[in-house]
Amino acid sequence: MKKKKTMKFSIPEEEFMNPGHLACQGCGATLAMRYVLKGVGGRTALSIPACCWSVIDGPFPYSSLDVSIFHCAFETAAASASGLKAGLEMRGDTETTVIAWAGDGGTVDIGIQALSGAAERNEDILYVCYDNEAYMNTGIQRSSSTPYGAWTTTTPVKHFKNRPKKDIGAIMVAHEIPYVATASIGYPEDLVKKAKKAKDIQGTRFLHIYAPCPSGWKSRPEDTIRLSRMVVQNGIFPLYEVENGDKYKMNIKPREKKPIDEYIRLQGRFRHLTEKDIEQMQKEVDKKWERLLKKCEASNK
Amino acid sequence: MRKVIMGNHSLSYGAMLSRAQVIAAYPITPQTQVVELLSEMCADKKLDAKFIKVESEHSAMAACLGASLAGSRTFTATSAQGLTLMHELLHWGSGGRMPVVMGNINRAMAPGWSIWSDQNDSLSQRDTGWMQFYCASNQEVLDTVIQAFKVSEKLMIPSMVILDAFTLSHTYEVVDIPDQEKVDEFLPSFDPPIKLTSDDPRAFGGLTSSEHYFELRYKLQKDMEKAPALIEKTGKEYQDLVGRYLGAVEKYRCDDAELILVTSGTMGYTAKVAVDELRKEGIKLGNLRIKAFRPFPFEIVQNTLKKAAKVAVVDRNISYGYHGIFYQEVKSALGGSDSGPGVFGFITGLGGRDITPSSFKEIAQYALKKDKPEENIVWIGVKR
Repeated sequence: MKKKKTMKFSIPEEEFMNPGHLACQGCGATLAMRYVLKGVGGRTALSIPACCWSVIDGPFPYSSLDVSIFHCAFETAAASASGLKAGLEMRGDTETTVIAWAGDGGTVDIGIQALSGAAERNEDILYVCYDNEAYMNTGIQRSSSTPYGAWTTTTPVKHFKNRPKKDIGAIMVAHEIPYVATASIGYPEDLVKKAKKAKDIQGTRFLHIYAPCPSGWKSRPEDTIRLSRMVVQNGIFPLYEVENGDKYKMNIKPREKKPIDEYIRLQGRFRHLTEKDIEQMQKEVDKKWERLLKKCEASNK
Repeated sequence: MRKVIMGNHSLSYGAMLSRAQVIAAYPITPQTQVVELLSEMCADKKLDAKFIKVESEHSAMAACLGASLAGSRTFTATSAQGLTLMHELLHWGSGGRMPVVMGNINRAMAPGWSIWSDQNDSLSQRDTGWMQFYCASNQEVLDTVIQAFKVSEKLMIPSMVILDAFTLSHTYEVVDIPDQEKVDEFLPSFDPPIKLTSDDPRAFGGLTSSEHYFELRYKLQKDMEKAPALIEKTGKEYQDLVGRYLGAVEKYRCDDAELILVTSGTMGYTAKVAVDELRKEGIKLGNLRIKAFRPFPFEIVQNTLKKAAKVAVVDRNISYGYHGIFYQEVKSALGGSDSGPGVFGFITGLGGRDITPSSFKEIAQYALKKDKPEENIVWIGVKR
């Protein structure tokens, strides 16, 4: 008799996100939400500030998610989540995981004060930043998470962004919170595992998710996953986690670190860059990569 | 139990007796004692609440809104710069129908830095959809916090309980602290039918098209219109239980008055002294202290003032390019009638300049001397 063939899924099958959302084609933020909810599960409440996700979820009275959402003010994701958690606990609900779900602008720019405050108090919340590296909802304006060299509508090619991307991971590590991790939608198993791990940790957890935006990056929607894997393989967005402010661990270590050229060329936002510019960017990536490796090695000693 | 306490502690006792469940606050002079005492009450378990010590007033209000949405009774307190930093979230609280109660200590806005009283901080939040109650004694502060929770939670509209910097916040008065059982009877626990839970997932405050937004705001106004009657009703209920009536205004010797002062906050107490003194001189003076600024008690104001020949509205605030803010409101309430009283507008006491019985005597003498108002602002006590 022939043996019955079954496929084993590498991430949970259960879905908490439904069709009918309003995201663009190839949107990375959408997958980020889908995977995080798979990891955390349905007993979850979200605070979502102004960001793509305040639109993606769908218009009143609809929602594409099977979890509760507090659509909150732009700069208040972390503070709103702190209040939600306290309010739920005072009603006897200690089970629900409260997630502050913000884009890069809502995290590294306008929301950083509330985030820093919540992290310093070690609020029992999971903060997720889905990073599409600019203000995409308002039409591609630079944020402090926009990488060096990128075009945006406020950094035109003649004056492209000439400062490096703000290292929010390092800022969060400096708060000595229990858990800081990066993830990429190109590595769903790693992402879901981290979301699940974060769920079971008490205190402030910070998850920084790389989430491409084809409309803003001038990349092809079908390249979203490719970019999300390349960015890890070339060391621009390494996947690592840090526990309690000093225990670093690299989760996906590329066998051979790839050059950044191909990644850069797949995105129209970098089209204006010269070979020399890219060489300079490569040097910066290498420098930061080495720095991170050293931290990981030091943690293993 | 009678106790000698400062106005700020009246707010804390009010929150404690109301069994606030979540408090999120940030320190600002002259509000600090409110949160200091509350944090002690939480630490000593006199109050079973979570106190979130946030990094700004902005986060204070954001956290309060989150907690309120989750169905917990929520309190905070602030002043001046802190209140105005919260401005965006004040709209969020009323628009989102989150019945937070907040103490605000009236303090003048910078620059120059001032910690002294005037009303421009709270009055510039006039159109945020919050109820506003201006108090004149520490007793009234405590009682009003309890009443505000009741009215707010019934209507799902947030409230501000307002007191003057120093003249009330730091002044000690005898306050009767009602028994917890009586307060519990008056104010049952907060359990809104619609709240954020993970058992019944809902999205609150999402993208709202022009198909729905207008109706949500219409409903907010319709519920706000229910507030005057509810304030009256809860005020009487409170009187039955505790023995003190809480209304939207306080009328003092208005019935036969030829000139009625319109005041708010602690100057409303000072005005009563002036009323008594001038009445001894044969001047028929009265005082209408407006406690509820939002909802504005139109009917009471109209009925009280229409009988007088003249009205003198005293503002410790100003809308630059226009007039005193209470003056505008009173004129608007009395508008459209040629036979109504002449309404005089006075501005005094900005930035904590003292308002004394002689200020009111000067005001009364001015209004009695003139046949009708000649200018919209009569400045009292300004150095020119």
